Amino acid sequence: MTGREAVLARIRAALVDRPQATEAARTYQTAGELDATSVLARFVERVRDYGAAVVVTDDPRAAAGDALTREGARRVGIAADLDAALRPDGPTLVEDVGLSARALDELDGALTTCAAACAETGTFALDGCAGQGRRALSLVPDLHVCIVRADRIVETIPELVALLEPSAREGRPIVLVSGPSATSDIELNRVEGVHGPRRLVVVVACSAV
Amino acid sequence: MSQAARDARPKSFSRAAPAALANAQLRANIRHATRSIRAKRAGVVAEVPDWEELRSAAAAIKDEALGRLDEVLLELEAAVQAAGGRVHWARDGAEANKIVTGLVRAEGAREVVKVKSLTTDEIRLNEALEQAGIRPVETDLAELIVQLAGERPSHLLVPAIHKNRTEIRDLFRVRLGLPTLTDDPAELAEAARLHLREAFLRAPVAISGANFAAADTGTVCVVESEGNGRMCTTLPEVLITVMGIEKAIPRFRDLEVFLQLLPRSSTGERMNPYTSLWSGVREGDGPRAFHLVLLDAGRTRVLADPVGRPALRCIRCSACINVCPVYRQTGGHAYHSPYAGPIGAILSPQLAGETGAVASLPFASSLCGACYDVCPVLIDIPSILVHERGKVVARKRSGLEGRSMKLLGRAFATRIGYERAQRLGRTLQRPLVKDGWITRFPPGPLAAWGQSRDLKAMPPQTFREWWESRDRA
Amino acid sequence: MIDRVALFVTCLADTLSPEVGTATVTLLERLGVEVVFPPEQTCCGQMHANSGYPGEATALARRFVDVFAPYDAIVTPSGSCAAQVREHVSGLLDGDDEGVPQKTFELSQFLTGVLAVEDVGSGFEGTVTYHPTCHSLRLLHVGDAPLRLLRAVPGLDLVELPDAEECCGFGGTFAVKNADVSSAMLDEKIAAVLGSGAESVCACDSSCLMHIGGGLHRRGSGVRAIHLAEILAS
Repeated sequence: MTGREAVLARIRAALVDRPQATEAARTYQTAGELDATSVLARFVERVRDYGAAVVVTDDPRAAAGDALTREGARRVGIAADLDAALRPDGPTLVEDVGLSARALDELDGALTTCAAACAETGTFALDGCAGQGRRALSLVPDLHVCIVRADRIVETIPELVALLEPSAREGRPIVLVSGPSATSDIELNRVEGVHGPRRLVVVVACSAV
Repeated sequence: MSQAARDARPKSFSRAAPAALANAQLRANIRHATRSIRAKRAGVVAEVPDWEELRSAAAAIKDEALGRLDEVLLELEAAVQAAGGRVHWARDGAEANKIVTGLVRAEGAREVVKVKSLTTDEIRLNEALEQAGIRPVETDLAELIVQLAGERPSHLLVPAIHKNRTEIRDLFRVRLGLPTLTDDPAELAEAARLHLREAFLRAPVAISGANFAAADTGTVCVVESEGNGRMCTTLPEVLITVMGIEKAIPRFRDLEVFLQLLPRSSTGERMNPYTSLWSGVREGDGPRAFHLVLLDAGRTRVLADPVGRPALRCIRCSACINVCPVYRQTGGHAYHSPYAGPIGAILSPQLAGETGAVASLPFASSLCGACYDVCPVLIDIPSILVHERGKVVARKRSGLEGRSMKLLGRAFATRIGYERAQRLGRTLQRPLVKDGWITRFPPGPLAAWGQSRDLKAMPPQTFREWWESRDRA
Repeated sequence: MIDRVALFVTCLADTLSPEVGTATVTLLERLGVEVVFPPEQTCCGQMHANSGYPGEATALARRFVDVFAPYDAIVTPSGSCAAQVREHVSGLLDGDDEGVPQKTFELSQFLTGVLAVEDVGSGFEGTVTYHPTCHSLRLLHVGDAPLRLLRAVPGLDLVELPDAEECCGFGGTFAVKNADVSSAMLDEKIAAVLGSGAESVCACDSSCLMHIGGGLHRRGSGVRAIHLAEILAS
């Protein structure tokens, strides 16, 4: 008998009491109540709470460029399919085409877009679609500048998960980011900056009126 | 005998507790740490107006998954395979270790990076790897601390909770060769970062656990704070995930519930810094090979007990541990189990079939119920503790306690027997009573009472004797 | 309107702290409630249930239900026994509980919830701090009922107990099976009691009071452990 057969047999034997196993009704909140302005404001507030810098702008290209300059980033990794309209002048932009891990490590930062964001928790989500690049790009360099479209910010986690479900079905890896990396392992005090990017700048792009 | 070997010898909780209680530094660290995290948790939970609905939903989703676990696992297997991953099934820890070691060997790797995984602690994977000549590098800061110190983890979520910053500084100074390191937490974190960066960039194989795996999309989910999880699940060529079968949930959508409950319950944050979700492999992004090892190791035994089964809902948040007044006194090592505190007291005995030192764990509780109040998946821990006590008692031969309980049960079964027992107690206590108190105790079970307390003596008249005399008057 | 109750005094109070029973009777009669004491009562079975002896616990649960079924309401001065009856007896008896759990009340819940009184005419004087026992707090959800009753006593000065909701460490047989940890928890509770400056510590459970009172006496602290019923009946 293989391990698979054995484990399945044990499970079936264990469930001989035929417990209830149906999907229950969902009575928790599945949608937000705030208007768009409040959603944006909450997102900004919650991201700042984590110690990430946030800029709200109608010119994300310029804002990203300023952020990168301010952080002293000279060589910045980008996805090969990052929209030209979002590529700032200033830093040297290095397209991540098969860069080794060490090459990524030698960059000063990374600039990406994202798939969507959640205001309640100050979270943005990466799913590798246009402008985001592969996961290593926004992980290895010590600085991540992320452009978040205001119209892709939802209020609640259930709404965020719903937006990401199609990508999950497609087999796209997803990363949820809520602030720079941190640890609570020293006396349970939260200390910022361990392995993920220690500096995070979120550029919220509102469409120009 | 080394500390590690000493720790490895299983002891019952009541035998292990005195050493822990005598360690004032440990108790102070734990008291400080749990107090601050409890406050944080309370704050972020208060923000969530539908917290109770989320708890109910989480319990229902877990119960649904457990109730048809074979179907859910088969669905998960199919989805992971469709996404280019491979699924292995392990009856027990030894089999899982053999599978993992084999996979690592097949890659020709002598070193693996590891994300913290209680499951791999449970099956002692590191020891198996070391025996096979493979060096496991723990990459969670606390696991690194514990590994460097040659100890075992003492808390489910914060394994080095028993160490304060000064102790960590001293450890790093010696083991990482940093003689001028201070005890500033930021500096300590930086030291760990630099030390591990190299390992991340060069390791060919990584091993992780998983918090959840959604069966419909085949998505495995790892929740973390430091970024080492992302490093391990993204950079190496090969990723091996060892996951207890109870972690499988039916749908990707179900994550919307757990991602709200877990961070708030564990670290007291609205959301943890990083959550990684992946399914199989993805060309050009991450490992080229993914292996999911599904582990039983006693979980089907827990599943077979309808009363104990809810213990498998556990999402390893550690909220119960942080509120437990018993844990706060002793820390995790006294439990001699990777799962400590309230959840450890109901899960470990069940996984082991109520045998060995862990059979003492259900009694390591005053049944105060604080754990049930905070459990995000509504595990009625006190009730399961009582149920487990019944199972342990039923297994043991009847000793002094069993005989006393039966005697007392018989005495209470009739009015005559009960009143006779009262009069007998009053007679027997006479030589011990002084000024209405018993302050010295003969050897025996009562001596344990007398350790720290006096005992009020039985008064000359019971309540019912008073009532009867009043009735007659 | 309930004007007649059966008293479940509990095996512990009956034997070790009869003053709690007499105080409960005095108090209820003062409030115009007739008290009946069914002498066939023995024990609710909590200790056996919690220690892993469900067989004995079930037999005692059956006896409890049979003894108390004829009455409209049962009052007990014990949070833990009330919790055992209300929350666990029905399960032990597979639901065959003759409706007894629903009509069993812990004293403070009976006073504030059923009789709807807070000022019970107590002449007690002194500073008191209140320890909410785990069963009354978390199983019965008595909430602030005991505090409201204490605050309504004119001569009583109520002071807050630091970290009040922490378990005192009694836990039934836990107190002797894990005496070391139980004692460590008791140390903290006593430190809190002494830190409050109160002359007395009050609770709704004789069991916890036996443990806390025993510790206070061992230390020669002079602080008295007193049951809520005794304060209210004064």
